[in-house]
Amino acid sequence: MPTTSVFKISSFSIFVIVLLGFAALFAPIIAPYDPMAQDLKNSFLPPFWLGGTSEHLLGTDSLGRDLLSRIIFGARAAVYVSVIGSFFAALIGVVLGLLSGYFGGALDALISRLVDAWMSFPSVLLCIVLAAVIGPGLETVIVAIIIIDWTRFCRVVRSETIVQKSSDYVSAAIIGGLSPLKILIKEVFPNIAPLLVTLLTLEMGIAIVVEAILSFVGLSSSHIPTWGGLIQEGRLYVNQAWWLMGAPVFCIVVVVLAFNLIGDSVRKRIDPVLRA
Amino acid sequence: MFGRYLMLRLLLAIPTIFCVAVIVFVLMRIVPGDPISMMIPPGASPDDIENLREIYGLNKPVLDQFLIWLNGIAEGDLGRSISLKLGVGQLILNRLPATLELVILSMGIAIFLAVTASVAAIRYKDTLVERVLDTFTGVAQAIPDFLWSLLLLLFFGVILPLFPITGRLDPSLSFDPITNFYFFEAIFTFRLDVVWDLLAHLALPSFALAFPLAASLSRVLRGSLSEAMSQDYITLAQVKGYSRLEVITKFALRNALIPTITLSGVQFAFLIGGTVLVEYIFSYPGLGNLAISAVVQRDLPLIQGLILTFAVMFVITNLLIDLSYALINPRLRGR
Repeated sequence: MPTTSVFKISSFSIFVIVLLGFAALFAPIIAPYDPMAQDLKNSFLPPFWLGGTSEHLLGTDSLGRDLLSRIIFGARAAVYVSVIGSFFAALIGVVLGLLSGYFGGALDALISRLVDAWMSFPSVLLCIVLAAVIGPGLETVIVAIIIIDWTRFCRVVRSETIVQKSSDYVSAAIIGGLSPLKILIKEVFPNIAPLLVTLLTLEMGIAIVVEAILSFVGLSSSHIPTWGGLIQEGRLYVNQAWWLMGAPVFCIVVVVLAFNLIGDSVRKRIDPVLRA
Repeated sequence: MFGRYLMLRLLLAIPTIFCVAVIVFVLMRIVPGDPISMMIPPGASPDDIENLREIYGLNKPVLDQFLIWLNGIAEGDLGRSISLKLGVGQLILNRLPATLELVILSMGIAIFLAVTASVAAIRYKDTLVERVLDTFTGVAQAIPDFLWSLLLLLFFGVILPLFPITGRLDPSLSFDPITNFYFFEAIFTFRLDVVWDLLAHLALPSFALAFPLAASLSRVLRGSLSEAMSQDYITLAQVKGYSRLEVITKFALRNALIPTITLSGVQFAFLIGGTVLVEYIFSYPGLGNLAISAVVQRDLPLIQGLILTFAVMFVITNLLIDLSYALINPRLRGR
């Protein structure tokens, strides 16, 4: 069902993702203030359109720290965690998915049961327990993302590999005497790569939410600003200064929508069935 | 025949729960940090600490701790919470009704929204209505319940203060329930003021849980509805002169609902997991909120008990789904 039909999405998504990447890469340069610098005389300043000053565009928090700078540095943490987390989740998922789909048999049964068991437990709960076990920190969030989300990749890659395996070019490669490993890397993988791009885009959106959730419940690093951490702080003062929570929530929602919509449109472009 | 199938499924559920228990126990033992160190006052003597260890059984070998815990479960005793100093079983039983009320209401809202949206989209196919509904469905599904909670809290709790944003019931209402199923009890005792207040508190969290769920349900329902609409009995109904809306609701919907019902069973289990964050955000006194504070406090007995409770709820839900399949389709009973 097309979500792209009502308004032009792709350009919006690309704009958001480029902006996010830019903020993440150049955070120290573009942020107007040090995100940790306190200024207790200027705490709870509202954003400029609600009567604040142009010096603090989005206002300041309870300790007088500049909200805009904290948001920009939060983008850095979000991108860092979701890029690394998604990459390794994809790596594990793709390797296991390829092996399981290509070789079948006992290996496939084992991996498939593992994936089923993994996915039957609600990920939020698993994630929180896991993060509590490892202890708080950014690395914890990355590990949680990898451990929870490799199954998404594994399932799709497995079923796609089964489809590819029965195609003529793989038979030809087998007759040609290629080893299974070479067939997987040189023949099957390039054919599932477009699908992988879609999955990765969707996964980035999910990973950003996971990061927000874990920092929201206090299981990410408390030494650097994170979007979830900002939401958690903002929740405390939501009745006095709703923008402290509003700004990071707005950022996450926009980023998540952007990744979802781009995932949708990539899928449409590479999937001829959907395109027709 | 069906009785035997039921017995078999119930027996198979036991090892699953046992596995979860083992995993939970092992996970909790590799937590760095000592749960006792969280609860001692500054200046406690080593003797006091040793005493506490003994009370909570933390001085025994790990295997013994596990056997004591398992034995306790078999006797219905889940141990004592370290942070709250109360029986874990009692804590869970006190909180469970609040979570169940939230989950049931969310499920109801999700099904209502999904059915309304799908019927409307089929009724107004190829018009602006369908495209607007498409967009709404897409957005509702893309945003997870965690973010919906925060958005609803901001817009309808703070900027437009229509609903309360914390708690379950206004403490100024004098209401002394016998059970913890406040909502049902308030209805049966005709306390309409209490019912109203409970609904106001439930409104934001339940809609936050319902939106993504409604979106995924309505996608499935729309698929099966449009499939049903091409069947012969629909053409017959149209020839008989029923209006398009009547054809959809009276004939197509009934047949299209079956896949949606099975999906909502699966989703129900995930809804229970989703309550964790939503309850935390709205300070709603349910199991999920208890779970987060237990994790943050490193309260081992409470975490173990809670995860076991969640696992049992999943197993029961899955069991009910499978049984309903078997009731609908007798061929599945042999498996």
